[in-house]
Amino acid sequence: MERARRPKLAVWKFASCDGCQLSLLDCEDELLEVAGEIEIAHFLEATRATIQGPYDLSLVEGSVTTAHDAARIQEIRKQSRFLVTIGACATAGGIQALRNFADVREYTAIVYARPDYIQTLATSTAIGDHVKVDFELRGCPISTRQLIEVISAFLAGRKPQTPPHSVCVECKIAGNLCVMVGHGTPCLGPVTHAGCGAVCPAYNRGCYGCYGPMETPNTPSLSAGLSKLGMDDDALKRIYRTFNANADAFRKESERHDR
Amino acid sequence: MTVKTIKVDQLARVEGEGALKVIARDGVVQSAELNIFEPPRFFEAFLRDRMYTEAPDITARICGICPVAYQMSAVHAMENALGVAVDGPLRELRRLIYCGEWIESHTLHIYMLHAPDFLGYEGAIEMARDHADIVRRGLDLKRAGNSIIALLGGREIHPINVRVGGFYRAPRRRELQPLAEELKRARDWALATVRWTAGFDFPDMERDYEFVALRGDGEYPFSQGRIASSRGLDISAAEYDEHFEETHVEHSTALHAHIKTRGPYLTGPLARYALNAASLSPLAREAAREAGLGSACANPFRSIIVRAVEVLYACDEALRIIADYEEPERSAVDLDARAATGYAATEAPRGMLYHRYQLTADGKIADARIVPPTSQNQPSIEEDLKTFATAWLDLPDDALRHRCEQTIRNHDPCISCATHFLRLEIDRGG
Repeated sequence: MERARRPKLAVWKFASCDGCQLSLLDCEDELLEVAGEIEIAHFLEATRATIQGPYDLSLVEGSVTTAHDAARIQEIRKQSRFLVTIGACATAGGIQALRNFADVREYTAIVYARPDYIQTLATSTAIGDHVKVDFELRGCPISTRQLIEVISAFLAGRKPQTPPHSVCVECKIAGNLCVMVGHGTPCLGPVTHAGCGAVCPAYNRGCYGCYGPMETPNTPSLSAGLSKLGMDDDALKRIYRTFNANADAFRKESERHDR
Repeated sequence: MTVKTIKVDQLARVEGEGALKVIARDGVVQSAELNIFEPPRFFEAFLRDRMYTEAPDITARICGICPVAYQMSAVHAMENALGVAVDGPLRELRRLIYCGEWIESHTLHIYMLHAPDFLGYEGAIEMARDHADIVRRGLDLKRAGNSIIALLGGREIHPINVRVGGFYRAPRRRELQPLAEELKRARDWALATVRWTAGFDFPDMERDYEFVALRGDGEYPFSQGRIASSRGLDISAAEYDEHFEETHVEHSTALHAHIKTRGPYLTGPLARYALNAASLSPLAREAAREAGLGSACANPFRSIIVRAVEVLYACDEALRIIADYEEPERSAVDLDARAATGYAATEAPRGMLYHRYQLTADGKIADARIVPPTSQNQPSIEEDLKTFATAWLDLPDDALRHRCEQTIRNHDPCISCATHFLRLEIDRGG
């Protein structure tokens, strides 16, 4: 029997560290199997060979920070049947979205001797601020397990199973001691989207929110708890302003402490 | 006059987004440019006003391929500023996690990015159709590196367990034992990798590089040692700014680094090997000898063999550290903030990574400077292109273009790393 046409996968990069697309190459046990099921049509980090669109599944890494990239994502959307963002940059603007709270001209002058050579937008924004996104995979970086789940779900024509509850639930499942209750360590677990497997508390450390806000987080209540542990406004502002600083819930909470 | 322009608009199998352009006139290469058009991300700017404790996690995000290198340069620079030294088992654990990154990153480059050039494939997935066992071996070896990072760091990419002063949690001895089993197998695969790569067909091309690397005191360097060069430089990290400078040139958005008064230099595996080969483990030294490397290697195409030797060394060193490991009493040393400036250089897989931080009395970062390996190597990479491409000008365009791409991949450039210093390319030709 003739084999059905394999779906075409494309991987696209915007402003990012490359870590999320590297996660695909980090699937050491599954990579060759995935490559058997899917035609890798555009994945420059892995191969020179590229195949023209349209593409069945586009994985997009990185945020939009230049006018050129704002135009490029429109073209990629047109060429993609499904478009999935991978990671905090593509889903929330990434660490580079800290410029959204500052003056980008000042930033440019700090880093570059010739700011006139630099062309960049004043903001770093999520892919979803520019085009329709079919699914958002969280994390800085994403989890390889969840990436395989997303690709498998797409192949099977079902919705990916990535629970929207908090990191706290993952801690309970893992049987970790609560670092806030147990030793008074500040932790963003109660407001952070699950997916990492509660890795920080497992290493005696508070969650720092790299998967971004969970569904309907109660950030003011957590901040009240954190200030009882000794965090002042400046520390609270900083804890919400890292890799998902421009995600709505974290941005608003950080602004409450920005004075 | 005949003019020949070779362009590759999107370089493949490098980390990040770059392009190259070579212009020749009457059979002589006039200019060679490695263009970097990744958008700037401004790390040095937004590090200002963050606490010194935040630098390892923030700077890791400069590069998903070598986050451990960023974390190590950051913690060493901060400890230098705060006047503390981290010794004993904690220092050994830092070497161990760095071994993991070298194994993972080098193996990725050897098997997935570089080897396909020598064997005539577009990428490793295409190569796997004919050489499934070899690609499988590469993936298994890469996983061994990732296993170290995942155990010690909590996860493979952007590890969470590294902190200024040590770790959040130090592993128990028994946790490291399964790692040792995997690493013993990995060491065999690494030795096979040295022999496999040594058998490739290499163009006979050498360059007279000034090699720059850390020189360890009797040990192959990861995070400690003086900055040395093959032409006699011997300085501490604190003296880096006196001897090196960066310029902002227009054709590529990278800041280009030079040794003041002398010019381009090369960091990375070739440089480390040239300055430290005697400190390799006996097994790695013997494999290097058998592969015909000699005391230094100035042919950048053969860097794939040197990377394989370093992977073998990293497996050996990781096994030594695990065998000797004594659990530390505490997972981190105490730190007190003070106003000071700290400096550190460590050896990222693809070359030396320099960090400098100026701290305020309350522990905030007043100024940050980060010089990644790729902006240090970029002038040398362009010199390679200029020197080598003249000899290839009679090749058909496709073959010439491929050779030029290979010349860049020889140095495993990490364009994402370089990006936040790199200019955005202005002329995109359209």
